[in-house]
Amino acid sequence: MRLSDHEQAMLAGEMGPVRQIALQHQIKVGDFFGAADFVPVTQAHIMSDTESLGEAGVAWLERLASHSAAERRVCIPTITDPRGTDFSKAALLKQAVWMLDLEQRAIDALVRLGVMMTDTCINYQTVLAATRAEHVAFGDTGVVIYSNSVGGARSNFEGGPSALAAGLTGRTPRYGYHLDGQRQATLRVRTDWTPTTLNEWGALGGVIGRLAGNYWAVPVVEGIERAPGSDELKHFGAAMASFGSIALFHMLGVTPEAARLQDVAGADIPQVRVGRADALALQSSYRGDDKVDVVVFSGPQLSLIELAALADLCDGRHFTIPVLAVTSPQIKPDADRMGLTERIEGAGGTVLAGMCFYQSYAREIAEANGWKSLVTNSAKMVNILGGYGYRPMLASMEECVEAGCTGRLA
Amino acid sequence: MSRSEYTARHAMGSRVEGIALVAKDGFSARYDLDRIQGVFSRPAHKLVGQSYRDRILVLDTAKGGVASAWMLHEMKTRGVTPLALVFNSVNPIIAQGTALADLTMLAGFDCDITSVLASGARLELIPERRLLRVLAPAS
Repeated sequence: MRLSDHEQAMLAGEMGPVRQIALQHQIKVGDFFGAADFVPVTQAHIMSDTESLGEAGVAWLERLASHSAAERRVCIPTITDPRGTDFSKAALLKQAVWMLDLEQRAIDALVRLGVMMTDTCINYQTVLAATRAEHVAFGDTGVVIYSNSVGGARSNFEGGPSALAAGLTGRTPRYGYHLDGQRQATLRVRTDWTPTTLNEWGALGGVIGRLAGNYWAVPVVEGIERAPGSDELKHFGAAMASFGSIALFHMLGVTPEAARLQDVAGADIPQVRVGRADALALQSSYRGDDKVDVVVFSGPQLSLIELAALADLCDGRHFTIPVLAVTSPQIKPDADRMGLTERIEGAGGTVLAGMCFYQSYAREIAEANGWKSLVTNSAKMVNILGGYGYRPMLASMEECVEAGCTGRLA
Repeated sequence: MSRSEYTARHAMGSRVEGIALVAKDGFSARYDLDRIQGVFSRPAHKLVGQSYRDRILVLDTAKGGVASAWMLHEMKTRGVTPLALVFNSVNPIIAQGTALADLTMLAGFDCDITSVLASGARLELIPERRLLRVLAPAS
């Protein structure tokens, strides 16, 4: 990679060993992908839950955090993805003390590194949305695909170590979605169906993700009949990223880089047609028996509008099984202040903040609570949780609430 | 007739030599592995039940989310990693995780690498030359 004088000095250790380690890591990745140089970034977002970090990852963060403040602190706004717990609800989830201890050590280290503990995977709805052509280093695949596609920002999937490295150096290798050429569509997806519910948007995103199939594929979607809202695009993109490792989609007439088809697609790219039947088939493929052990709204965290919709459905209801709704620490105080939390918890549900269900030792809490069969309105979640031993099922928010009352999915 | 050498477009790490474990399937540290036991655990995975420890894993593509970037490092500290990784295609996460864990990886060939190699073959990976060499075919 071609390095500036500033980067040469950083690599030589003139700005301390922490930034030197960070840049060495970034050069390894940049060389692997053939990056010509670095691009400055304005924000970083770190995925750093302790189930992923493990003891080794936490110890690695602690080693970086042990250096002097001048050497260790990030140099651009650097924020965090959800943690592995909501400390105030850990007992309810039956999380073990060692999990909480490890979480606290990770938090302490990240704070010493100058990271802001936002603990959210919906920073584009709650903290600071990246803007068109803004180069950023975001973790969490849902954050990347939303920011790239809906915001027109430029980020690759940045795993925790690389996002932290970007925070420390203020730059990232220029490859992938930082380049104009990579942002051109590789697949035209035509549909005559516009979903209406969040689970439907997620299912359609999952179908397209599977069809597109790899990180370097960029679908352009045609035929959506109205401008989807932020929560709809959130579920659509998060599922597409989860099912297909996709980091960027275009939606004709909706997303900023795709005002016209010729802006993002050549004439000769492959075409596929998808519709309601494909989305229903994906949803049906997860359908097991009717019994439900737990209902989860998470992955991505719920917006204030989703919590309000859930609260409306909870009025006058009584849950007979656990119903968990997970939101961000930025939204939870508003939900409390507006009475949404009280209405959801009045029906027997629980509102959690700052965590994500599948990043919170999902396998261990399933065993501790006897949870096997789970229903959610998140297509991303059903794709993930099968790997943790759950039997996940996908349904609408209304059907999920009903399942919370009856213990069965109608 | 199978070739004995394959050139990758992407490479990192140090030269290694070992036994291949091959499947036309994906790789996600979070969703496909029992990382404690060092075996593939996702029921639908073509290598389910098989140990990946100290094998040169040859798979189609890296999948999954950002967790793999930390998880390979955590596995490395416990000595429960593949010896090296070989893919037809990769995403940035697996490259970032491989870099942090200081593993060897080759990716991107002029053929489907999972269809020309077989489990049990003895391989040599030479990242500085982006080269995969078959030392002995599977018996």
